[in-house]
Amino acid sequence: MVQSLDRSQGRAGGLAADASAAPATFTGNRALQIEEPLIFEMGQPGRCGVDLPEPPKVKDRLNGLKRAGEIGLPGLSEPQVVQHYTRLSQKNYAIDMGVYPLGSCTMKHNPRINEKVARLPGIGDLHPLQPVSTVQGALELIDRLAHWLKALTGMPAVAMSPAAGAHGEMCGMMAIAAALEARGERVRRKVVLAPESAHGTNPATAAALGFTVKPIPANERGRVDLAALKAALGPDVAAIMLTNPNTCGLFESEIVEISKAVHDAGAFFYCDGANFNAIVGRVRPGDLGVDCMHINLHKTFSTPHGGGGPGAGPVVLSAALAPYAPYPWIVKDGDKWRVAEDGAAVDGKPLGRLKAFHGQMGMFTRALSYIMSHGADGLKQVAEDAVLSANYVMASLQDVMTPAFEGPCMHEALFDDSFLKDTGVSTLDFAKAMIDEGYHPMTMYFPLVVHGAMLIEPTESQAKEDLDLFIAALRSLAERAKSGTAEEEFKAAPRFAPRRRLDETLAARKPVLRWRPSNNPPEGDPMKQAAE
Amino acid sequence: MRYLPLTPTDRRDMLGVVGAKSVDELFRDVPASARLPGKVAGLPDHLGELEVERAFQDYAAKNVSPSTAPFFIGAGAYRHHVPSTVDYMIQRGEFLTSYTPYQPEITQGTLQYLFEFQTQVSLLTGMEVANASMYDGSTGASEAVLMANRITRRAKALISGGLHPHYRSIIETTAHWQGYSAVAGKVDPEGLEDLIAQVDKETSCVVVQNPSFFGHVRDFAKLAEACRVAGALLIVVVTEVVSLGLIKPPGEMGADIVVCEGQSIGNGLGFGGPYVGLFATRDKYVRQMPGRLVGETFDADGKRGFVLTLSTREQHIRREKATSNICTNAGLCALAFTVHMTLLGEAGFRRLAELNHAKASELADRVAAVPGVTLLNDSFFNEFTVRLPKPAAPVVEALADKRILGGVPVSRLIPNDPSVEDLLLLAATETATEAGMGPLIAGLKEVL
Amino acid sequence: MADTRYSQEHEWIRVEGDVGTIGITQYAQEQLGDVVFVDVPQAGRRVAKGEACAVVESVKAASDIYAPVTGEVTEANAALADAPGEVNADPMGKGWFFKIRLSDKGELSGLMDEAAYNAFVKTLG
Repeated sequence: MVQSLDRSQGRAGGLAADASAAPATFTGNRALQIEEPLIFEMGQPGRCGVDLPEPPKVKDRLNGLKRAGEIGLPGLSEPQVVQHYTRLSQKNYAIDMGVYPLGSCTMKHNPRINEKVARLPGIGDLHPLQPVSTVQGALELIDRLAHWLKALTGMPAVAMSPAAGAHGEMCGMMAIAAALEARGERVRRKVVLAPESAHGTNPATAAALGFTVKPIPANERGRVDLAALKAALGPDVAAIMLTNPNTCGLFESEIVEISKAVHDAGAFFYCDGANFNAIVGRVRPGDLGVDCMHINLHKTFSTPHGGGGPGAGPVVLSAALAPYAPYPWIVKDGDKWRVAEDGAAVDGKPLGRLKAFHGQMGMFTRALSYIMSHGADGLKQVAEDAVLSANYVMASLQDVMTPAFEGPCMHEALFDDSFLKDTGVSTLDFAKAMIDEGYHPMTMYFPLVVHGAMLIEPTESQAKEDLDLFIAALRSLAERAKSGTAEEEFKAAPRFAPRRRLDETLAARKPVLRWRPSNNPPEGDPMKQAAE
Repeated sequence: MRYLPLTPTDRRDMLGVVGAKSVDELFRDVPASARLPGKVAGLPDHLGELEVERAFQDYAAKNVSPSTAPFFIGAGAYRHHVPSTVDYMIQRGEFLTSYTPYQPEITQGTLQYLFEFQTQVSLLTGMEVANASMYDGSTGASEAVLMANRITRRAKALISGGLHPHYRSIIETTAHWQGYSAVAGKVDPEGLEDLIAQVDKETSCVVVQNPSFFGHVRDFAKLAEACRVAGALLIVVVTEVVSLGLIKPPGEMGADIVVCEGQSIGNGLGFGGPYVGLFATRDKYVRQMPGRLVGETFDADGKRGFVLTLSTREQHIRREKATSNICTNAGLCALAFTVHMTLLGEAGFRRLAELNHAKASELADRVAAVPGVTLLNDSFFNEFTVRLPKPAAPVVEALADKRILGGVPVSRLIPNDPSVEDLLLLAATETATEAGMGPLIAGLKEVL
Repeated sequence: MADTRYSQEHEWIRVEGDVGTIGITQYAQEQLGDVVFVDVPQAGRRVAKGEACAVVESVKAASDIYAPVTGEVTEANAALADAPGEVNADPMGKGWFFKIRLSDKGELSGLMDEAAYNAFVKTLG
């Protein structure tokens, strides 16, 4: 393997001294790592972080239901609030800090122009129920994004309102249920097929709609077993839910045969679009026979992950499902845009409403900004670089770690834990050791079909030098694990993070889900010690 | 491309390591029939940042920004002043570009603010426990009904005629496709509804809103008692969370589940989303609650820390038996809520609520004095309903022609119902000024 | 413990008279890891053989417990609410889940004895 490791020379080689051997500090802080209490342990009566005018005295019209007693909110000044949340922010790993190879989550760069345009006056401050004559530009913007999504997927329609990927999944499966109902087959077709490697949302969504979920096994190449699928297809099957590229990071090479078999059986093909980023601009799911697919705007189109949301999950629909798209519909009459809301006549039979107002506009704006910045040429390059980077990681690690399947992979590289066999080091330990090396771990133990799975998704956003350092760090960890002498070191990891491993059993056995005055104060509170 | 770091040389070197001649080889599993010969046809190529920004300014220019016009729209989304600190804080990359805190050792920032958020929501709603947020209030209300169905093992939800019509519509849609029943009460513009007689042994829950969609402030203590006797749960929805600074919280009225739209605190109007759903309940129901939960624990050195907990409720473990199919919450919007609420504190939040009520009181008196206009509310917080002498929708359009954003015609949300055709919803928050109220009153007099 | 029978779902049932005590096996608790929560059926509930009637959860996994026999629940182990760790510490003793009055003792013959169960576990690797 030819690599330029200039930046890593001398860094990955020697291990730094154990921080836990360092002397304790009076404050409990360690330089930039500052121990931070909860706001409820900081407040003082009489402090406030806003200046609001004295309200005019009016007789209240609250039906005698005025709130009595203290709410219990702490009072902090603005600088305290800024310091508090800044200190908290510094306990987080983030895309902005480096490689965040969380497979299946697509932690790509989040351009800041997206944030800027989402906040422009006239976009970020619009009320969803302003008269439509005053929001023509906003409706046009949504339609423009819809146009891009339809063109990139090769699908004729898109429902924009779902609030996240899982919500989009619910929307798509409801549309399938609606189409079956229209055919008088809803009662008969009760089975939804899903591969064993599916995201947990797929069975959860199908079950919520009253479908019975039947797992489809994978073949030894990590793809859907076509023969098993054909055997399972019958007059009772409503749909297949399939992720493509799949959760093993592989393209379903028999996808055309799969969709034909599904359609021949009178069933629908729901595609989980979580991994659309691997093929965007290069392959259109509509050309693969997909009936509907949700698009996680935070994955493929870089809307920020924000600590776990908000997301947005538009669903593209085939001609067979398009009539059932939920309200609202954005419609153009002549040169004017309008919103067809509940009860309005449209060219279809909407399945109902899934969300208040018109969808996650703030995410639409950011996604469109990303899309326009890349264009058709750039989006194709995005898919290519993401796939190339994943294959590069896989090729560079295959002699020290164990790829779960033969390549090429798509946007993520999947390893199993057989390279850790008999080392005493588990996938979890390996991941925690990555934290000490300055990386966010990869996705672990998913997909479930691979033992001790490690799913690495580098995305298109990392420079080659950064990938090389990451690869070198993983090689070093793998070699240390296999040396047979480092088990304790791995079990103790992470040692340099703001916190060591946390007791999740305690958290679940005796849930403490909010602060109460009676909760224990933090260990080693210097003010408390000083007072004692 | 400014976002793509790989150079042609990098790509060539990397392909060499991979052992592929071209990137096309890496896509060889794609069936030939689906391989595009080049980029997707008919779409423009990439743009520089300046061009992108201009394009969005063009979109913005075709809209009327609420900051440039008298503004009195509410109906489930409210215009409030958001302190600058909030937007600065949520744009810190460590918050903005982090993900679900799966690795608690390096995501204590997210976990701690969510723990603070859960505590704030519990206090505001007067409930024992709250989750780390839902997509928004409207989807949260639907999840609350599903939760009540699970707890009571019943399948009939009773929906108040004072519930926001979009919320009702979502519950009805979910009921239809997921196979339970949702019985909606008659639309209730006067705030006189009494659902007690309809609560029976088959009722899983009653869903009410306070203040109601039409603005009325109601006491649900007796309804809560009727639910308790019948073995049903009381779900109270709050679409204007600022009202909790002045109005008795649902927890004190006996609510079992409280769902709020949290947008008013920390989050801009944003043309409808993303917002943040607050979801609170009693301790005994916590394992039936949807959504993420953060709990307190200790690390290997005995230091306090926070983790995602009780995750066996969730889809990634329970799969088809999960309490909900939801994966994400509204993390960043929850942060905006928490930072704004922390800035306000006890004193600031109460004063904000008082200001809203005072502004709305003034507006109500002035609008009611316009000839032909009748105020329907004896009670309200910052929004109320008036009956106009003619259909409200064209009146609102005529006001818009004068660049006045004068409320929401009820018919927009409840179409094809002649009984609400003349009704107009008007809201006033702390942002309302004489410079806005004057033109609204004058405009109404002209248009009516 | 000749009167203890085992199911393929790794439950055990110990019968005294017409009442059986039900729990999960040592193998099952090892597979689950630290048990954090147990949901047991209320006394008086009628359950059918094979019906999911209890839930046991660890931090990362949740498993349904299926009734190994048909009958009426007579008692649930209330102590597990505060001490779910008993399932790990003493799965065959203090970590029992619930007791059931059997409708048909003949159903026991479909379950394994200890030797057969141990042999079954060995096949799981």
